Amino acid sequence: MSIGALTGAGARHRVDLASVGRALAPWALPIVLLIAWEIAARAGLVNARLLPAPSAVALAGWRSLLDGTLVANVLASGQRALVGLAIGGGLGFVLGLATGLWRPAETLLDSTVQMVRNVPHLALIPLVILWFGIGETAKIFLVVLGVFFPIYINTFHGVRTVDRQLVEMAEVYGLDARARLWRIVLPGALPSILVGLRYALGLMWLTLIVAETISASSGLGYMTMNAREFFQTDVVILGILVYALLGKLADAATRAVERRALAWHPAWQPSGEESR
Amino acid sequence: MSALLETREGEVTGGLSVSLSGVSKSFGETSVLRGFDLKVRPGEFLAVVGRSGGGKSTLLRLASGLDRPSGGRVEIGGRPVAGLNPAVRLLFQEARLVPWQSVAQNVGIARGPGWRAAAERALADVGLDGRGGEWPSVLSGGQKQRVALARALVSRPGILLLDEPFGALDALTRIEMHRLLDGIWRARGFTTILITHDVAEAVALADRVIVLREGRIALDVEVELERPRAELADPRAAELQKRILAAV
Repeated sequence: MSIGALTGAGARHRVDLASVGRALAPWALPIVLLIAWEIAARAGLVNARLLPAPSAVALAGWRSLLDGTLVANVLASGQRALVGLAIGGGLGFVLGLATGLWRPAETLLDSTVQMVRNVPHLALIPLVILWFGIGETAKIFLVVLGVFFPIYINTFHGVRTVDRQLVEMAEVYGLDARARLWRIVLPGALPSILVGLRYALGLMWLTLIVAETISASSGLGYMTMNAREFFQTDVVILGILVYALLGKLADAATRAVERRALAWHPAWQPSGEESR
Repeated sequence: MSALLETREGEVTGGLSVSLSGVSKSFGETSVLRGFDLKVRPGEFLAVVGRSGGGKSTLLRLASGLDRPSGGRVEIGGRPVAGLNPAVRLLFQEARLVPWQSVAQNVGIARGPGWRAAAERALADVGLDGRGGEWPSVLSGGQKQRVALARALVSRPGILLLDEPFGALDALTRIEMHRLLDGIWRARGFTTILITHDVAEAVALADRVIVLREGRIALDVEVELERPRAELADPRAAELQKRILAAV
């Protein structure tokens, strides 16, 4: 899709144009909207204090990049997000595996987990503030709660729905319990676990935003709430855009993991590879 | 296809005997086998036909060590069966290939020393030379069963148990699989027990056919036709099929 490819000869030229068109198509609507927004803001159709032009937002982004606040805030948020994901996701994975593989663990744990799961975790904010104050622990704790359940449930479900016939085959062919876990159960549960991970990533950002807007002295949530107090609408919008970008980035990363780890899956194989 | 009939030097050939004496097996209240006796000679190809629920699968699960008898003795190579035995391999109705392992990894599922080279050789034996790097999902139904056969035979078992492995294949593929199995069995001489609904399949492949009905042997007949057997029914085969069908 480089310029060099575009200057190729005849038929290839047309093919390349078509593929460039396909690659650009998803961006057409956002670009049109941006242009319309810019024109509306400049023509005074919308109040620039309430909805600044995209160029003003870009400028705010540039300024905060230069003075380092944007990077510092993104790093602060990113660190909370990743620590929370590692703890909550790790716990969800291990407990999901335990309940999925071992009936007594399911009997002991699962109904409790299902009960707690039905409490919206953001409803615990007052309690979390009472317990942990407004420091880092409170925010990380909320993220842990947010990401735990989707990963727990999808790991459990993934382990439980692994093809029993494959497990029996592995037994007959002499694989011990450890080999069965690594070669049959975990890879079989992986598609479901990755669905849980994608869902957890969404909840991770959501939880963090809410936690940071309530009480923080750094991070993206803090940046936008602070900007609101000084009526810097451009910074508020910038913060929202950065959230969108980070969410998209996290999703793209999971998709890349899926593409690699699920290469065996017919859904990820190039089409036209019919059986011979 | 011809390469698979050649036996490599140093290959162990031969099979183990299977013996069931006074075996009973019941699941809860229902008794599937009672006082059941069966002897299979080393290297013999036995086909077991019968209606569903006649005890065919139970017989296979007992011989493989997947299930224990409720009473009586099951012996493999003169030794009582105690759980799964690496000298006994089972081919299931479905290929049961692991979708996230390549074809070669499936064949070498137990990962013994030198499994990769052994898997490639076993794949060549079943006519899938050089396909080891592919995913199972790109294979046809017949090819999947070939891979399953390679997986069963890679460890040189003394006994091969087949639980209607060709039932889901189309007629032409089934005949191909018959030729393949017949060729490999004659080269290696392992003991084979084939469960099947298909009387023609039993007569085409086996040395001996038994009919199981309500947990008893209703017919036990030797198939004295020279190999390889023609696909088009020879009158003697047709006669035999009629006799077996009458007993089912």
